[in-house]
Amino acid sequence: MELDDLYREVILDHHAHPRNRGRLEPSDISVEGANPLCGDELTLYLNLRDGRVADVRFEGRGCAISQASASMMTEAIKGRTLDEVRAAVGKFKDLMRGEGSGEEMGDLAALQGVRRFPVRVKCATLPWVSLEQGLDEHAAR
Amino acid sequence: MALAAGTRDDFPLLRPKADGKTLIYLDSAATSQKPQQVLDAISEYYRSYNANVHRGIYWLAEEATARYEEARANLASFLGAAGSEEIVFTRGTTEAINLVAAAWGRANIGAGDEILLTEMEHHSNIVPWQMLAAERGAVLRYVPVTDEGRLDLDAFERLLEDRPKLVGLTHQSNVLGTINPIRRIADRAHQAGALVLVDAAQSVPHQSVDVGALGADFLAFSGHKMLGPMGIGGLWARYSLLEAMPPYHGGGEMIMSVGLDRSTYKAPPHRFEAGTPNVAGAIGLGAAVDYMRKTGMDAISAHERDLIDYALGRLSEVPGLVIYGPKTAADRGGAIAFTLEGVHPHDIAQVLDGEGIAVRAGHHCAEPLHRRFGIPASARASFHLYSLRSDVDALVAGLIKVHRLFARASLSTKEVAHGTG
Repeated sequence: MELDDLYREVILDHHAHPRNRGRLEPSDISVEGANPLCGDELTLYLNLRDGRVADVRFEGRGCAISQASASMMTEAIKGRTLDEVRAAVGKFKDLMRGEGSGEEMGDLAALQGVRRFPVRVKCATLPWVSLEQGLDEHAAR
Repeated sequence: MALAAGTRDDFPLLRPKADGKTLIYLDSAATSQKPQQVLDAISEYYRSYNANVHRGIYWLAEEATARYEEARANLASFLGAAGSEEIVFTRGTTEAINLVAAAWGRANIGAGDEILLTEMEHHSNIVPWQMLAAERGAVLRYVPVTDEGRLDLDAFERLLEDRPKLVGLTHQSNVLGTINPIRRIADRAHQAGALVLVDAAQSVPHQSVDVGALGADFLAFSGHKMLGPMGIGGLWARYSLLEAMPPYHGGGEMIMSVGLDRSTYKAPPHRFEAGTPNVAGAIGLGAAVDYMRKTGMDAISAHERDLIDYALGRLSEVPGLVIYGPKTAADRGGAIAFTLEGVHPHDIAQVLDGEGIAVRAGHHCAEPLHRRFGIPASARASFHLYSLRSDVDALVAGLIKVHRLFARASLSTKEVAHGTG
């Protein structure tokens, strides 16, 4: 087990100093996600303006992987168009499936070490699956 | 009363591997490892006398039946039962409790009746009662747990005033390690007119259990936690109770005679053992009982008490570590649940795994108990007779590494944007 692959410095840093932590009220999108098995919980808030993510916050508790992934995700999607956000979700899921190199993904590339620990993949994807669900619910309104 | 040196060598999975490393296995509360003697007994059954039981006329079937029933008698004497007919083989503790909830429960629990459980129960001693309560319109109540991880016995006394029909509780908590005063609780419950079911999954493997001395009415246990194989365990109940209970599952083996419209059933315990039983499992469990008897239950308890005492002391050296449950080895078994400040239990278990140390992380099938302590999950180290002080040393060294790894990140002076304001 290559633990250093899992707990990269940048992941531990995002866990210890989460970016965009907190809540947005009111918000255009708010969505809850959970991994009941591990007790990871997450609520995601987004405000949209002119088809872009104007602001995004998250709150919740869980393991270092899920919290770091959420923190990195908020950095990656802020200011992006909804199409770009959808594309980012797809790209991240690909990364977790072992497809794609993580190039141009910034800090998020550090999470590719999670692939080698199958039970932890769902920790890393929790924020992204929640984000996708929030976008779907918003689009359906 | 120390254990014989070399006890650990009986457990193939715990022997040093080719690379010289040894697994530090600290998850015996989930399942125990198995000694060679148990593996041999299972293998011998399949190699030498595999046949269906209670059916054949030929000698092989008679041999299999005799060994299966010998295993039952062995368990009966191990637990101090009045006779083998008081032992029903099940898949384990969960099935044993479901059996009581279904067979005794449906015959005895009606609308408005109360079933008294405790906040420290494993899900297997909660969910079957929830199902029965939903079906019957019965009410579940829970004895609270104190901050120290003991049952609140004053609250128990008050709850008895509602006259519950059954008190169901664990002998030894799989999370807190707490050993509950069953005799005292059973006596009070009986005075209030309730029967007592004991979940003994975590006690039978580690201490001498005598059902008569405990004063319980039902007692459930699992083979795989007591050095035996998975998929076998049992229910002990006073014979008069078993006799009054309708069948649980229907099928072969449990019947006396079958007509097209109705059937007559065998007497207990076979009434509750429909279908081909887990014969190899029962024989393996019998071998596990032989192994524990030979080692001596008092010696096992003394060995584990020493380890618990040592572990409680050494774990307090780890910065930010909080132990849930009694802080001394008195009336406490070898399951120690803890959290580490700023580190999720899954991350603790992951880093320890990298060090070759197996601990459990999660809610350990005791969500209500974790909610009681305001935590979503905990890490848990648990022992058995093969555990050593050196395992505890490795655990403590591993936890200090976890602490350092995560503390370094939180102390990092790297400038970060906390939100965007």
